[in-house]
Amino acid sequence: MNGVWTVLSGMLQGLGRAQFFLVSILGAIPAALLRPRLLAQQVYAVGVMSLIIIVISGSFVGMVLALQGYRTLVDFGAAESLGVFVAIVIVRELGPVVTALLFAGRAGSALAAEIGLMRATDQLSGMEMMAVDPIKRVIAPRFLAGVIAMPLLAMIFALMAIGVAGGHAVGVDLLGVDDGAYWSQIHAKLHWDDIRDSLIKSVVFGAAVSWIAVYQGYHAAPTSEGVSRATTSTVVVSSLAILALDFILTAFMFR
Amino acid sequence: MTVSESTTDALVRVRGLHFSHGPRVIYDGVDVDIARGKVTAIMGPSGTGKTTLLRIIGGQWRPNAGSVHFDGVDVHGLRRAPLYELRKRMGMLFQNGALLTDLTVFENIAFPMREHTQLPESMIRDLVLMKLEAVGLRGARDLYPSQLSGGMSRRVGLARAIALDPQLVMYDEPFAGQDPISMGVLMRLIRSLNDALGLTSIVVSHDVEEVLSISDQAYVIAGGKVLAHGTPEAIRNSGSPYVEQFLRGQPDGPVAFHYKAAPYAQDLMAGVRT
Repeated sequence: MNGVWTVLSGMLQGLGRAQFFLVSILGAIPAALLRPRLLAQQVYAVGVMSLIIIVISGSFVGMVLALQGYRTLVDFGAAESLGVFVAIVIVRELGPVVTALLFAGRAGSALAAEIGLMRATDQLSGMEMMAVDPIKRVIAPRFLAGVIAMPLLAMIFALMAIGVAGGHAVGVDLLGVDDGAYWSQIHAKLHWDDIRDSLIKSVVFGAAVSWIAVYQGYHAAPTSEGVSRATTSTVVVSSLAILALDFILTAFMFR
Repeated sequence: MTVSESTTDALVRVRGLHFSHGPRVIYDGVDVDIARGKVTAIMGPSGTGKTTLLRIIGGQWRPNAGSVHFDGVDVHGLRRAPLYELRKRMGMLFQNGALLTDLTVFENIAFPMREHTQLPESMIRDLVLMKLEAVGLRGARDLYPSQLSGGMSRRVGLARAIALDPQLVMYDEPFAGQDPISMGVLMRLIRSLNDALGLTSIVVSHDVEEVLSISDQAYVIAGGKVLAHGTPEAIRNSGSPYVEQFLRGQPDGPVAFHYKAAPYAQDLMAGVRT
């Protein structure tokens, strides 16, 4: 019983610290916006460097969805609805969720390791002693870059999955669904609300993953084990947070 | 031990410092005066909290009790913004240099200037080259920290520490793990920069002879207390058995060779019983 209480109070303390940390990051966001070059470097590091994994994964997810969807739809003579099936699944759910999971594994872990190593090698302390606030100079630009990059990546993931090499390649080019029907059904049945909700989800996931990553890195024990633990925790906690937040957001969006 | 009242011209004045790390007491009422314009050595065995003292002076860590005044200003009474202003007047050389690994040597030294001044890039270039010339590494300006040796990293760290022309420079174990040539270079640099730029320097080290040879005054700290302080000569003749053991590097003495443990025979017999 005592052990459970210790674990619980430890978790609550961590949550409290993380919230204070978020408040100080948000306070430093205006300063980060005033340094567009620094921000652009970070968007490049977390966004552009994640492009390959997003493009490839998006294509494969789209292809698999088209295969699975076609098998079911063709029995009902509704193969022409393949496009809208792929589009709705991707835009509403898999786009933001899978992108966020990949983003946590690729960019989140890299962020946590980078910041953790900066802590372990006294680079953050060095900045403090040079009167440079690491929250403003290091943390806020990285957090903001994650929030900006995530919806862009989710959009690219969706484009790859629905069109280009994903669902379209398998559905139209391989399985012979009519090209016009594929696109016109999407055009008719995919609403702006779906795209808006998808963007909201990806912004929230981007903020959650970035927050968890910079928090874990900044508070990592200054040892190799500490950095490795921070990296692992980032991926584990982010993944769980993405799935839990997805449920909550979807519940609200259903109405 | 109290610091004599004659040392009134102190840039840094530490009084009644108490500091604990969890259950471990690091400082148990320490008074230290860092005289203006002088090189002060802080010596003591590993784990006595010498680095902790520098972090407390820099306002990174808060003491449990006691005060630290820098040029008459209570460091721990300051809010964040004025504390950061105060830190512009301090430079610190970390044990591993603490250079920013994604920036070149040149950019590392330009970093505090770019962050805190509006100087044109041409002037920053000149200033950085002057700082690099002072530490003899003008030719290494385009290298990255991973391409530097340990001694070179520290010299770059030193150039960065004096980038904003501070009043105080704190050196954390500058000689640890250095070859004799590199150590000689660092010793000469610490002394000559202190005198040429009119700095005040604190050198934390356990390389006794090296640090005493370049300092004007020294403190020996162990067990949370100041055991001796004064000129290097006074430290050498302090007569304290502990200081004697520390200066001569004797393996046994007031600081026991053996870590605290149950009696040897009892420990061995316990193994037999099980």
